[in-house]
Amino acid sequence: MSHETLPRPVKTGAAPAARPDGRRRRHWTRRPDPLAGLGSIVWLTVVIVPVYAMITASLTPRDEALGNNALKPPARPTLANYSTVLHSGFFHYLWNTVLAAVAVVAIVLVLCVPLAYVAVRTRGFWSGAAFRLFLLGVAIPAQAVVVPLYLMIAKLNLYDSLLAIILPTAAFAMPVAILVLTGSIRDISEEVYEAMALDGASPLRMLFQLVIPMSKGGISTVGIYSALQAWNGFLFPLIFTQSEGPRVLTLGLFNYVSQFGVDIPALLASVVLSGIPIFAVYLVARRALVGGLMGVGGK
Amino acid sequence: MSIGAAEGGPRPGTGRPRRGTGANAGRPHAALALPGVLFFLFFAALPMVLAFCLSFTEWNGLGNPRPAGLANWRKLFDDDRLTRSLTVTVLLTVVNWAFQTVVSVLLGVWAAGRQRNRAILSAIFFVPFLLSSTAISLLFYALLDPNFGIIHGETLGSTDGAFLAIVFVGGWQFIPFHTLIYQGGARQIPEVLYQAAAIDGAGRYRRFLSITLPQLRNTATTSGVLMVVGSLTYFETVLILTQGGPGTDTAILPYLMYEAGFKSYDFGYASAIASFLVVAATALSLLLVRLSGFGTMRSTREGM
Repeated sequence: MSHETLPRPVKTGAAPAARPDGRRRRHWTRRPDPLAGLGSIVWLTVVIVPVYAMITASLTPRDEALGNNALKPPARPTLANYSTVLHSGFFHYLWNTVLAAVAVVAIVLVLCVPLAYVAVRTRGFWSGAAFRLFLLGVAIPAQAVVVPLYLMIAKLNLYDSLLAIILPTAAFAMPVAILVLTGSIRDISEEVYEAMALDGASPLRMLFQLVIPMSKGGISTVGIYSALQAWNGFLFPLIFTQSEGPRVLTLGLFNYVSQFGVDIPALLASVVLSGIPIFAVYLVARRALVGGLMGVGGK
Repeated sequence: MSIGAAEGGPRPGTGRPRRGTGANAGRPHAALALPGVLFFLFFAALPMVLAFCLSFTEWNGLGNPRPAGLANWRKLFDDDRLTRSLTVTVLLTVVNWAFQTVVSVLLGVWAAGRQRNRAILSAIFFVPFLLSSTAISLLFYALLDPNFGIIHGETLGSTDGAFLAIVFVGGWQFIPFHTLIYQGGARQIPEVLYQAAAIDGAGRYRRFLSITLPQLRNTATTSGVLMVVGSLTYFETVLILTQGGPGTDTAILPYLMYEAGFKSYDFGYASAIASFLVVAATALSLLLVRLSGFGTMRSTREGM
């Protein structure tokens, strides 16, 4: 790895002379930076070692694993651990998670895009108050409300259903969604609205023909962010569901701990499997995913 | 679209040009925002109010809550687990923030460079973020297992070991995300600033300290708020890795609340802890917002 990292910048550092396009202006940042090279290798180790250990261990037969070091490759690699996991409801949990994620994204977008539009385009006490409500909402930890939510969910007869996970997850994704969306809607210049207003466009029409197309970046950020909230969600499923029916992947994983007990290779196989769907998305749409998440930090 | 609209543009006598020409033309009606506001109020704000109300009751999850006056709050402030828990929570927040910020700033600024090797490594660095926190906690639970793991020893059995494990696991998961935020921030720093500095003869590290870091101030606020709020809610990591142990040494506030509510079925007391958590989180965020001007962030980039 070190041979890959260090000499490269030298080459690119020399390159700009031969490359007369705009890239040239960055040439002074292109000299190799040994300290940065070293740091990046250190972090690469930190990232790679656990991932490597996870994969080797998940391929280790159960009887070989005990007393073994996770870093040691298995003498007789096996896929048996994966088959154990796949036969323990994995696809069912995955399906539930996907359903929940799609529903959360849909709810968040349908509710938040018009809301952010109003917050940006009207100047009044109430829209200001609404914006501030969501700004404060960023800080509310979901943990703080599980007890009353548990009570409400029970009274609404939603306990132990996927909706019990979807609705609160969507609500708690809203503050960040609003922040991101107001940011990107604010970037649409006033003149465009005025031009459309002169053309007699109604506010609703502006929403569909101007605001939504122009804030695609923000919308995809919010979509990715809320999908990840649903994907990662653990506390709501833990407390609001109980049976196998509405169980999502995170909770399924957690239950494998007691189910597999000391069968650590199977446990790690379940962790690997749970990462594969998003990893596939990452391989296919890395730019969109990374670009979208970058948007959470503001543009 | 605008063609059709343009035809109807002048439209004589329909009273279209509302109240003068400008400011209010085409403003959306506030009703559009209503569904979102109501949904949020119902599923996020109302429970918060309810948590506060429940903190004055006694309730074991069955039947109806019974009023209990200040009993839960008295118990809360007499509970020495709370002081411990508060200390651990604050310590964890601060250490998390420091660890994640330092690494993310360095990696983010590094990744903002357009070199090919950096792009490739950045793609690898992002991988941990693709796993859910539950999966990551399980991974390290297995890797820290004394009989099997990378480190043969009771890492999670000692107070410091358990604490550091939580910090490390949190960093391992969230640093990729914050790196990305800093990378985005660093790429927006106007090139002119670096050109000017280079002409003045500023070296690489000088440019980093005098241009990059100050210019990342807003990014640092956003990322910082997310980190602080995130640290307050490290729940699955604690539940899976340490279960608050050894003893109650890593029982951060959310975990304490979970135990009180869903293990001891003392929902009134759990609500008191939850209310306390809300107050603490809100106060902390307001403080951060004040200190850094998060609310006015929209205008800071204008004119660049």
